[in-house]
Amino acid sequence: MTEEIIIAGFGGQGVLSMGKILAYSGIMQDQEVSWFPAYGPEMRGGTANVTVILSDQKISSPVLRVYDTAIILNQQSMDKFEESVKPGGLLVYDGNGIKNHPARKDITICRVDAYAEAVKMGNTKIFNMIVLGGYLKMKPIVKLENVMAGLKKSLPERYHNLLPANKEAIMKGQEVITVVE
Amino acid sequence: MKELRLMKGNEAIAEGAIRAGADAYFGYPITPQSEVMEYLMMEKPHERTGMVILQAESEVASINMLYGAAGTGKRVMTSSSSPGISLMQEGISYMAGAELPCVLVNVVRGGPGLGTIQPSQSDYFQTTKGGGHGDYRLLTLAPAYVQEMYDFAALGFELAFKYRTPVMIQADGLIGQMMEKVEIGDQAARFTEFDQSWATTGKKGRERNIITSLDLDPARQEQHNIHLQAKYADIVKAEVRFEEIQTEDAEYLFVAYGSSARISQKAMQLARAKGIKVGLFRPITLWPFPTEQIDAISKRVKGILTVEQSAGQMIEDVKLASQCRVQVEHFGRMGGMVPSPEEVLEALEQKLIGG
Amino acid sequence: MDIKEIIKPENLVYKKTGLMTDNPLSYCPGCGHGTAHRLLMEVVDELGIVEDTIGVAPVGCSVLAYDFMNVDMQGAAHGRAPAVATGIKRCWPDKYVFTYQGDGDLAAIGTAETIHACNRGENITIIFINNGIYGMTGGQMAPTTLPGMRTTTSPYGREVEMMGNPLKITELIAQLPGVHYVTRHAVHTPRAVRKTKKAIFKAFEVQKEKKGLSFIEIVSNCNSGWKMEPVASNIWMEDNMFPFYELGDIKIDGQLVTK
Repeated sequence: MTEEIIIAGFGGQGVLSMGKILAYSGIMQDQEVSWFPAYGPEMRGGTANVTVILSDQKISSPVLRVYDTAIILNQQSMDKFEESVKPGGLLVYDGNGIKNHPARKDITICRVDAYAEAVKMGNTKIFNMIVLGGYLKMKPIVKLENVMAGLKKSLPERYHNLLPANKEAIMKGQEVITVVE
Repeated sequence: MKELRLMKGNEAIAEGAIRAGADAYFGYPITPQSEVMEYLMMEKPHERTGMVILQAESEVASINMLYGAAGTGKRVMTSSSSPGISLMQEGISYMAGAELPCVLVNVVRGGPGLGTIQPSQSDYFQTTKGGGHGDYRLLTLAPAYVQEMYDFAALGFELAFKYRTPVMIQADGLIGQMMEKVEIGDQAARFTEFDQSWATTGKKGRERNIITSLDLDPARQEQHNIHLQAKYADIVKAEVRFEEIQTEDAEYLFVAYGSSARISQKAMQLARAKGIKVGLFRPITLWPFPTEQIDAISKRVKGILTVEQSAGQMIEDVKLASQCRVQVEHFGRMGGMVPSPEEVLEALEQKLIGG
Repeated sequence: MDIKEIIKPENLVYKKTGLMTDNPLSYCPGCGHGTAHRLLMEVVDELGIVEDTIGVAPVGCSVLAYDFMNVDMQGAAHGRAPAVATGIKRCWPDKYVFTYQGDGDLAAIGTAETIHACNRGENITIIFINNGIYGMTGGQMAPTTLPGMRTTTSPYGREVEMMGNPLKITELIAQLPGVHYVTRHAVHTPRAVRKTKKAIFKAFEVQKEKKGLSFIEIVSNCNSGWKMEPVASNIWMEDNMFPFYELGDIKIDGQLVTK
């Protein structure tokens, strides 16, 4: 199994940390992982993206042109990465702020309105975990228990009280994600 | 049980240095390697192991602090990125001349000048062909994995002390910034017991020791140079490191190091899926360069593509090694652009197979 | 009194310190470096700290200081002695570390390293020889060359408008909180020599007590570079250098001396 993912959105949406949690989850189930961010000034308010790879084998290139899955959280990223999904691949996006919805017919397109759900849940910080939950519903590449173990490992201990809220967010994402026909 | 962590390359080399029992780190912030010192400061190795950390006022000061500390026989390290490494060249030359062991880390970014903060490999010439003045060589390790960033800290110290010479770990922004799984080893003892016979630790029970690269007598300076060259010859004999992937049946060969090697490995997989038999040769030591190994492979392949994030620097060494026996072409992106595996495959098809 | 009488031990009034090597000094006759070297080594000898002392030589006339000072020494790149000393001292906080630097080394090319080592309060001793000229390279203008003073690169005298002002780096670094003791002396008369030696003693005491950086400027002559006879150069120094670079303590026990 090898899953090549691009996660892209605005800086501050938790793009990089979502990727990190996914990578940690992979380590928890003894997989090879790589996480490569577009680094630099982008992190402050501009666009942010990270390439995450989970595999049963040693990973070669951490940099890719095409992906099995694209998780897209703003319009700029949609414009940039919709075409980068491999035929037969998966595109997950949050509809918030998206004007031009994805139109490809050769991939599976899923919508998870995570921002709206996060507002409803009264905690916009867990937005990215809702997205992650949605993605894992479509591609259960890592087990929820390993996600939680990964979260625990990547969060400083003083934030461990936030673990239940994160778990709830993941469950919510799994519940609300829909396949766009 | 082995300890696994998800770490950035920059963090891994910092942890690797602590675990290797480093005595001191002196550095100055510069993107994309600032996490090295940030990690060290956060980890408080001065409490964990007694390791000294100091943020210097410049790269010039860092390398000279390194000189002073190395001259007392300590295990010392600095890290920087291209523009900062340029500033250190004076000190590196002095350390090579004075035969001081140290580990230098260059997380290369695009140039020339202030360039960009994105990954690049355009410092190959600077590192392997001199950089500073005078006839010296820099033993250079090129990590391609975050695990190697961790491992090469200890290896770097080992080689630096084995030959009493500066060792460069030449990574790039991609290896520095990406995260991978790292297996953390045990804590090695700090360098409290070492051969002090040459170091300046205070004149006690012996004649005074002098650390210098200066000898105004040209005859003696020539002798010193002959001694240095003999040492470099020993390094060439004993320390060449490389990795070969699927070269046995290869008709074409990628030669690439660091992050470019990994991108090329994926390109190799894509090529083989199309029925093109490609192998990958990854120099791990950039100096000494695996000349003999490339010479041998060049007898069996139809063509070689060197893949570098530069205008083509290592290709000169590949051409020398293969003695113009086969076509050697370069493919690279510059200025911080990182090639995709597909681009590398296209270059192979256009420059060697179709051409 | 014949020679046998004179060399009897009880008649001994002065003896070369064992911490000066037998290598003939490479300095010009009349130069102050030799005296400054000797004073420094006498202090290390008399304090009994030779086994724990590491010196750093600069680039300039005293680039070969380690040929004469019989202690462990490192030769630094031009201007970088305070950084080199920082590296040594941070790894060996209980050793005594000194730098010995000229004006071009300390106050021109090495200004950044000087100021930052001082500002961090590195627990080292800096001996700064100021003779207002680059002696080693043949008498070029230094950062401390006086206005109007002739050098090979200010052949008509230092024009401040074109060449800038002489730098009183000693007064400058005295302002920094990391610096504990700053004083300016000379070595051209027996009285000046005695005072300088006392100052060097004090500087090593400060280092022993880990109170911060101590900085001793020695205003000296360069008869060759100044194109003068040695005695004339000392008179010129008194008449011209001392009014600008005033001798005496500038900072004691971390407090600026008010005059």
